[in-house]
Amino acid sequence: MKKIINIRKIAGDFAENKDIAKKLRIEEIMPALSKGDEIILDFDSVSGATQSFIHALISDPIREFRDVAFDNLAYQNANNDIREIISIVYRYMQESLDSNGSNE
Amino acid sequence: MRNFKNFVESLDLSFPEKLEISTHNKWITVHPANLVLAASLAMKAGKENTEIIGQVPLTGQYLDRMGLYNLSKTPSPFVYNKKEEAGRFVPIKIIKTSEDQSRFITDVIPLLHLSEENSKVVKYIIGELVRNVLEHSFAKDGAIVAAQYYKKTNRVSIGICDTGIGIWKSLNTYWHPKTDIDAIKLALTPGITGTTDKEGGTAENAGAGLFFIKSIAKITRNYFVIYSGNAEYTLIKYKKRIKGFPRLYADPNRDPHSETNNAPEFLGTLVAVDISLHETPEFNELLSSIGKVYDKAIRDRKRARYRQPKFL
Repeated sequence: MKKIINIRKIAGDFAENKDIAKKLRIEEIMPALSKGDEIILDFDSVSGATQSFIHALISDPIREFRDVAFDNLAYQNANNDIREIISIVYRYMQESLDSNGSNE
Repeated sequence: MRNFKNFVESLDLSFPEKLEISTHNKWITVHPANLVLAASLAMKAGKENTEIIGQVPLTGQYLDRMGLYNLSKTPSPFVYNKKEEAGRFVPIKIIKTSEDQSRFITDVIPLLHLSEENSKVVKYIIGELVRNVLEHSFAKDGAIVAAQYYKKTNRVSIGICDTGIGIWKSLNTYWHPKTDIDAIKLALTPGITGTTDKEGGTAENAGAGLFFIKSIAKITRNYFVIYSGNAEYTLIKYKKRIKGFPRLYADPNRDPHSETNNAPEFLGTLVAVDISLHETPEFNELLSSIGKVYDKAIRDRKRARYRQPKFL
């Protein structure tokens, strides 16, 4: 199953509210990934986001689900700034996870 | 902000129940950092115990426009048409919840009339700093914010202050800093958050916010200040005559800065930053440079914990 989440509708033009990110993570992203479903985060008409917002949205799914998160989470209509922040979070989360699958 | 350390050293915070604010009698130039610090102290002392004393010159009208008189029992001596053009500024605002923060970012930042690209930088900085206050400071009064756009220098100055637990206490559970200045430097180090000692942070915190903002100030060749407890750290402006992209360091000791651990004790945290808009590169380029240093810092710290071979 594939689910598309419209970030603009939930977090507004500039995504900075971590409470919203947390709610989305707990109520939508984690349950979907645990079932092996695909999630597409749609950033259409979102002008920017903070690193904290993106971290609160996707760091735990990456930590918890690893390859399932990498395979089943996708982003669409993200502008260059948002792409950069998502890439930063992907990089440092992978740096911080050790090779046997548990956090240090 | 170059003189912020002098300003801090001139404060007398020994009697927090009463606040007297005085100005030079001929001229006033006030950074939002000074304003939000004064506002936070006024809120702590209470309006009835706060006064603006002495002769305030005509330029003191700015204190009125920025809302400082509203926090004191001294009536404003200034009479002017409040609707007349007064420049591009965000007067002192109190933000107590994440909903307040979102409203502030949507409705108030446009008062600075910045381009979309520049507005993004300001939203980013205020978004991260206010969130830090709401999440880590446990401040009853919330985050106190003010900002000013200076046309002549094409610069935005931002001040954010709280009267919460301060940085030392916020980091002490996992990191045990010895002094307030150690705590500030830890808070500026990539990957250090008060909520865990694990690399990668928690689901909510990565320990990236202050490092990113200090780096934005450095890349845009401007000042960045933190004041908490007895400590004050000022990132010195990167000189314009030095060509090329300023080099970013994970270790705040390596950045040209001034510091003190003997400032009058401020029970809370103040963060202030200046952003030169003409020095600001594309925001994604800026994020990319900061992200690379952040990754490397996490990697290096992880490697530093690796077990070493036992050579006999």
